[in-house]
Amino acid sequence: MIIFQGVHKWFKDLHVLNDINLHITSGEVLVVCGPSGSGKSTLIRTINELEPISDGKLIVDGMDLSDKSTDINKLRAEIGFVFQQFNLYPHLSVIRNITLAPTKIRKMSKKDAEDEAMLLLTRVGLADKRNAYPTQLSGGQQQRVAIARALAMKPRIMLFDEPTSALDPEMIGEVLEVMKDLARSGMTMVVVTHEMGFAREVAHRVAFMADGIILEKAAPEEFFLRPQHPRAQQFLRQLLTPMQAESNGSNFSHHHTKEDVK
Amino acid sequence: MEHFLDFSVISDNFTYFMIGRFPHGPLGGVGLTMYLAVVACILSFFGGLILGLLSISRFYFVRYPALAFINLVRGMPLLMVIFWMYFLMPALFGKVAENNTVIMALTLFTSAYMSRIVVAGIEGIPKGQTEAAVSTGLAPWQVMLYIVLPQGLRNMIPSFVNQFVSLIKDTSLAFIVGVSELTHVATQINNRTMAFPTEIFMFIALVYFIICYAFTSLSRWLEGRLSWSKVT
Ligand SMILES: Nc1ncnc2c1ncn2[C@@H]1O[C@H](COP(=O)(O)OP(=O)(O)O)[C@@H](O)[C@H]1O
Ligand SMILES: [Mg+2]
Repeated sequence: MIIFQGVHKWFKDLHVLNDINLHITSGEVLVVCGPSGSGKSTLIRTINELEPISDGKLIVDGMDLSDKSTDINKLRAEIGFVFQQFNLYPHLSVIRNITLAPTKIRKMSKKDAEDEAMLLLTRVGLADKRNAYPTQLSGGQQQRVAIARALAMKPRIMLFDEPTSALDPEMIGEVLEVMKDLARSGMTMVVVTHEMGFAREVAHRVAFMADGIILEKAAPEEFFLRPQHPRAQQFLRQLLTPMQAESNGSNFSHHHTKEDVK
Repeated sequence: MEHFLDFSVISDNFTYFMIGRFPHGPLGGVGLTMYLAVVACILSFFGGLILGLLSISRFYFVRYPALAFINLVRGMPLLMVIFWMYFLMPALFGKVAENNTVIMALTLFTSAYMSRIVVAGIEGIPKGQTEAAVSTGLAPWQVMLYIVLPQGLRNMIPSFVNQFVSLIKDTSLAFIVGVSELTHVATQINNRTMAFPTEIFMFIALVYFIICYAFTSLSRWLEGRLSWSKVT
């Protein structure tokens, strides 16, 4: 479904992705983790070409991203993307946020699009918010609307870039629940997250990145119990010990929000 | 007439100051000033929008001419542009009413400034908005039309109002080509009566000030009202 072959990415002199080789099969849930600045966002953003790759071959859903003639808008319509900062459209109501793309791209009638949107809103538990505006919603609610918006295009792949990192701790659960449901429904998913509970429960594989290199790819139990690479061992130690202690307070989420906002 | 200031010249000519010979003759005075400003403002809104969009086009053969035009106009005094239109338009299109040459000049001039407001408004929309929209498969022009412009234009409204205030003041330059807006009317009455220049020009200064101040206040009020309670 998604095939990286020797993919490189440079920002000027900065080598952000270094020889990425990765094969994600249909229905697979892949969790990507690693320290901040290791290139996780860049990696996931290459899949729908928010970041074009510098070298190598990237094939997504049968379309070659290195090929100039690939219709990128068509490909993006097949891929849902969920951002850390939600990025809902503040000038549109919840329902319009969701129906915009289906009506403009799929040429669905307003009525059909709204019916489908209501099904999605029900699925993420926000049917009563259809006419609300994004600023009237909590972070967790906004992120669930953002997931519904992405699903409205009936994507074959869903990408999540730290979807819970900007949320207050008490809202993380509601968003992860929606994502777990989605994973169990057989959706192909790539999820950048440090929520190890999510990885343990629904991921098929975990990829660990550092300095633009995928250092380790393994099944979750394998990765958590017997991390091979020293960097991975160190990363897990840091994640599980000092931050676990903090995660009851709000420090945990603040810490991540700040460093990843850029 | 021994009084230091004698405002009877104002009250005697008040209607003429306000609307010229209208409705029995052409509109003039404050009426014409506002007419010129409003029409030029509407036209330069669209002119500025188009120029602004062209100036950030992906295609250099679109972007460069637009930028060249914008910089050229911004590097010229308005009076020059007014003369240019006054002499150029009749040469190109035959007889053109003076009002229209002035409207054209004001539009060209103001469009160049409006285009910078439009670009700033567009660039002020967070990148995440565009990324979210293209991620759903919307084409760039759809992203501009449905996501960026609706938010950007709303943010631009106060700047547009300020530009409109500049336009009201700029219309006074039209007197030089004989368009009977407020300043021209004032010079006419002054030439006819000879004795009251202070009163006349104090009065029109006050009129300009009141109109402009009203719109500046409106702009400040809008600025407070329109800010998104919290975006992203
Ligand atoms: N648009 C960009 N221009 C230049 N450098 C960038 C850009 N985006 C990210 N980077 C840099 O690339 C590296 C990887 O960033 P990113 O993929 O966001 O890492 P992560 O998501 O793992 O924190 C960082 O050093 C970051 O500063
Ligand atoms: Mg990131």
